[in-house]
Amino acid sequence: MPSITGVSAVDELPKPEGRGPFLTDRVPAGTGRLGDRIFGGTATGAGLLVIAIVTLIAGFLLSQALPALAKDKVNFLTSTQWNVDGTPLQFGIANLLWVTVLSSVIAMLIAVPFGVGVALFITQYAPGWLSRTAATLVDLLAAVPSIVYGLWGLQVFGPHMSGIQDFLVSHLGWFPLFTPSGIGAASTILTVGVVLSIMVLPIITALSREVFAQTPVSNKDAALALGATRWEMIRTAVLPFGKPGVISASMLGLGRALGETVAVMIILSALADGSAWSWSMFNGGETFASKIANNAAEFDSPQKAGAFLAAGLVLFLLTFVVNSIARIVINRSKAFSE
Amino acid sequence: MTTIGLTSDARRDAGRPDGPTPDLGLGLGQRSRGRAVRNQLARIVMWTAFAIAMVPLAWILWSVISKGGAMLLDSHWWTNSQRGITNRVVGGGAVHAIQGTLIQGLVTAVIAVPIGVMTAIYLVEYGRGRLATAVSFMVDILTGIPSIVAALFIYALWVTTFGFQRVAFAVCLALVLLMIPVVVRSTEEMLKLVPNELREGAFALGVPKWKTLVRVVLPTAFSGIITGILLGLARVMGETAPLLILGPYTKNIATNLFGGLMPTLPTMINQDRTEVLQPAVDRVWGAAATLILLILILNIAGRLIGHFGRPKT
Repeated sequence: MPSITGVSAVDELPKPEGRGPFLTDRVPAGTGRLGDRIFGGTATGAGLLVIAIVTLIAGFLLSQALPALAKDKVNFLTSTQWNVDGTPLQFGIANLLWVTVLSSVIAMLIAVPFGVGVALFITQYAPGWLSRTAATLVDLLAAVPSIVYGLWGLQVFGPHMSGIQDFLVSHLGWFPLFTPSGIGAASTILTVGVVLSIMVLPIITALSREVFAQTPVSNKDAALALGATRWEMIRTAVLPFGKPGVISASMLGLGRALGETVAVMIILSALADGSAWSWSMFNGGETFASKIANNAAEFDSPQKAGAFLAAGLVLFLLTFVVNSIARIVINRSKAFSE
Repeated sequence: MTTIGLTSDARRDAGRPDGPTPDLGLGLGQRSRGRAVRNQLARIVMWTAFAIAMVPLAWILWSVISKGGAMLLDSHWWTNSQRGITNRVVGGGAVHAIQGTLIQGLVTAVIAVPIGVMTAIYLVEYGRGRLATAVSFMVDILTGIPSIVAALFIYALWVTTFGFQRVAFAVCLALVLLMIPVVVRSTEEMLKLVPNELREGAFALGVPKWKTLVRVVLPTAFSGIITGILLGLARVMGETAPLLILGPYTKNIATNLFGGLMPTLPTMINQDRTEVLQPAVDRVWGAAATLILLILILNIAGRLIGHFGRPKT
């Protein structure tokens, strides 16, 4: 079953014959020579096209963003200004970076424990009849379009966050993360984080449950034979085996959370330019993605578009790094387990 | 994979129930109270985690159905557009947006599926060495690209570089970028599941490799590939970010991919999402319900095809 994460247990299977593609070149192919060349050429061409696309994406973003970055009069990384209309072009991403990272971290803090718990439930606890259904139901969370998450998060779920917000503000309001900032509870970074956690939960669950299900039966049986309870068996056999999988699942989820656009755009209330800096999770703001989406109608000059493309480039690099870490963890664990 | 897990579970359930272990008189089988409590606690925690994870799903579906479900029962919803309908007036339909979403999904699939399937064939059947590693890595990168970045790229290419207008076809190109990796990965998995004996049998009969792939391997993996395509389609149809940048909304029916505006369900939702007038609010949730229904149908169809048509290994 193709998974929603794009990564699957089947990736671990050896290729046919276990040593790569067939060496049909040695087989006298008769009439198939030309057909083989065309078909193989097309397949290779498709592969090359994919490489070309990704290279083009990076190249284009870079080439369009650099002129705007060169004209930028303030530090791109540390400035909180975003002034792309006037002639002294001033734009920096400090705000965007903070809101993006904070909302994604909140999402991960919620989604990783829940994702692992649900994956353990599906693979280790659920009775047979429920296991498959539960997996499908969690996958359905990934099928809900992000604009529906946004709509639901702002209008239905968000208002329920006020209780938690009031509690945290009144008890921990002295801490910079929890200072009140007068934004409605439905539109804060915290609410975005919670909604994002629901959106990445299926990704984390899908990959985690695949690695948990692959735990060698001999390991599990050995733990049970030594008198371990089911929980001890999970702790000593399943979790250590699945740890790299959980880490890479979390990274893939993080990549998704960092890049989520429409749900964030709808829920988070954008602040006016020049608002005071705040560390608070009860503040509004914009992430890279929502900043770009909010201003999509304004890309009328190359200079303006360039500034937003620069933000897009940072987002691209951020998700690139996070996803690469995920893949490296997967590949290393694969190398060890072979 | 699941079957292995189940066997182990069944074995455990048969031989070692979760209740207290029988005392063998050696004191070895005696489980300490603390361990038993922790075991039960873990069980409760896992069940609770699952129960809590189901809350948002049920809540979202309930919100959408209760607020927008009624719109779907009106036959005008499926036959009329929003032409000439203002926010104060009840009426009109979503056929313009449904049509736009379906057209864009179809065009996206027509472009993305051949590229994706051929890339998967390359990776499984032909690729080796550095090039294959590079292609596989690039597919991974493409999987992780946020939809807004894909849209920005197409914007930089289509509008800034070529100087074209924002049209539906540009949206499709952005969606292609998002669909390719889904198709590649699912096709790849299915091709790997095709038993090697089938390939070897064909080769032994002197069938050329390309014919083996086209006549033996692909048909065997066919239903799985279709599943992947439908799930990929479900993903891109719900995408909104590329539409915000490349595909502005209109209330009229539009079928031209290369000129004018083409409405879609996500942009229909986006258009009126801040409205407070009840007719507009109803239509927003109606469009949301329609979109979810469409995506659910694709998902369920994909899963059914995948379930009943697996290669018989």
